[in-house]
Amino acid sequence: MSNPISLNNSLSSEPVSRLKEMRTKALKRRLRNLGLQIGVFIVIMGAWQLLANYKLIDPFFFSSPKAIFLQIIDWFQNGTSQGPLYTHFIVTFEETILSFVIGVILGIIAGYALGMSEVLSVIFGPYIQMLNALPRVVLAPIFILWLGLGMSSKVALGVTLTFFVVFFNAFQGVREVDRNLVNNARLLGANKRQLAVHVIIPSALTWILSSLHSSFGFALVGAVVGEFIGATKGLGFLISQAQGAFDTTGVFAAMVLLSITALIADWAVGRLEKRFIAWRNVRQD
Amino acid sequence: MNSTTNISLANKPKQNDPVMIELSGVSKEFVKPSGEVHTVLRNIDLQIGKGEFCSIVGPTGCGKSTTLSLVAGFDQPTNGTIKIQGETLQGMNQHAACVFQTENAFPWKTVIDNVSLGLTLRGVEKAEAYKEAKIWIERVGLKGFEKHYPHQLSGGMRKRVALAQCLIIQPQILLMDESFSALDVHTRSLMESELLTIWEETSASVIFITHDLEEAIALSDRVVVLTAGPAATIKGDYQIDLPRPRNVSEIRFDADFMRLHEQIWNDLRDEVMISYEQSNQS
Ligand SMILES: Nc1ncnc2c1ncn2[C@@H]1O[C@H](COP(=O)(O)OP(=O)(O)OP(=O)(O)O)[C@@H](O)[C@H]1O
Ligand SMILES: [Mg+2]
Repeated sequence: MSNPISLNNSLSSEPVSRLKEMRTKALKRRLRNLGLQIGVFIVIMGAWQLLANYKLIDPFFFSSPKAIFLQIIDWFQNGTSQGPLYTHFIVTFEETILSFVIGVILGIIAGYALGMSEVLSVIFGPYIQMLNALPRVVLAPIFILWLGLGMSSKVALGVTLTFFVVFFNAFQGVREVDRNLVNNARLLGANKRQLAVHVIIPSALTWILSSLHSSFGFALVGAVVGEFIGATKGLGFLISQAQGAFDTTGVFAAMVLLSITALIADWAVGRLEKRFIAWRNVRQD
Repeated sequence: MNSTTNISLANKPKQNDPVMIELSGVSKEFVKPSGEVHTVLRNIDLQIGKGEFCSIVGPTGCGKSTTLSLVAGFDQPTNGTIKIQGETLQGMNQHAACVFQTENAFPWKTVIDNVSLGLTLRGVEKAEAYKEAKIWIERVGLKGFEKHYPHQLSGGMRKRVALAQCLIIQPQILLMDESFSALDVHTRSLMESELLTIWEETSASVIFITHDLEEAIALSDRVVVLTAGPAATIKGDYQIDLPRPRNVSEIRFDADFMRLHEQIWNDLRDEVMISYEQSNQS
């Protein structure tokens, strides 16, 4: 143990300065990227605003960034024509989270079961393919008929969307587990449950986690489409109301809010992913 | 010197060793996707003694890995029986551990979790398992890397993890499938001599599969040559009576070694040629 320490001491000043150098380099790169991202935003929004100001595009149909921004501020301060903004926001968010969580859990369970069992996958495989081929939007009216205008119909729609994404990934993940690793664990004495815990689930987790980004997107789609077709609350409902009143600015404003939600959710899922697959961090060079 | 080095076609393990692994009349067939039956192994009779180090060589695709997976219990023979300490093998071989050609280490587990896995699976307390794992990690020269993940290690270090992972459960049978063939020459000869050192302290029987005849002779008590597939069987069985402990890197220049090598190579070469011609035809 004494050896590495003394080694470190004699070389300490050099690595520290190298570390600093690498850090500043990384920071510079990050700043540059951020600057470019903001630049693109300014150019697009600026062009849009100018085109709208000079009536090169019809503000009635295309609105303008400023109007959208003011609309959002107005919604925040005075609420929408359909009640305070945050209620819509919360409803959509809740529906999304619920359908995400339920869809993911069901998808993992079904993917694991079918991935492990040849019999189950032979029996249910064709049905799952069939259901997946069905455009899920057509289910929205049915769910609304069955479950009413409330939250549950949106959650049901979102679940049908997220389930399949997670299911196919979990299934594939379970199927792709390295045979050697399975054999190794069994030889080392793993029973069925231990095999699942130590080998199959961790191995499939990379697949499952990579599907979470898109499945969260689908959960949001489910919620918004459901609200759009029939609801009394939610961002999708706001959009459909604004559309009904030919209020393009309102439609765009709700879209902006939706994208912000999606961005935040994506970031959160990314964090989750990092936390679960620390072992997969590629070598830094 | 020459009289002590007994080069003979021996089908029996040394008399004083009790039999650990016994294959009698073992054959293995696979059904090809086309529906044809593909015979990989035919009528294999092989006895390996307790504590014996036995290498299996043979041309590529002849069924070496298949033999190993039968002994490990990953797969069942089509005909014949496999007995471990006199008991017919059913399911996984409880006495064996295996170092694979590719990866043994679980990428999502740290070195210490990988090494201690065999114990935790058996219900050993985590603290106890870690303590034991630390000893083995040090033994294979990985001290200080307990918290590393496999992808942070070099290929040679990962092989050490694999070795420690197998040895911690103190298996009576150690199966090795071209375990060192992916390593560079220096790392490889280091690992070979470490394997021998550890093996000499245990009483494990080793089945060591390799395509490298020099490696086989340098390490083993006995070298078994398989014929070219399909339907491979045992062609030759050589006792290697070179003195132990051996110096793996220098034994290659020993006169007895060279004569053994020549004799076994004569056998093996024919099979390699057959296998080569077969692959050219198809
Ligand atoms: N699961 C399987 N299904 C069908 N055929 C198989 C299967 N496993 C092995 N074989 C066939 O058995 C033969 C022997 O394979 P095996 O892997 O045992 O060869 P090997 O001697 O280990 O070769 P190598 O030296 O290249 O590793 C090959 O022809 C292979 O195609
Ligand atoms: Mg092989």
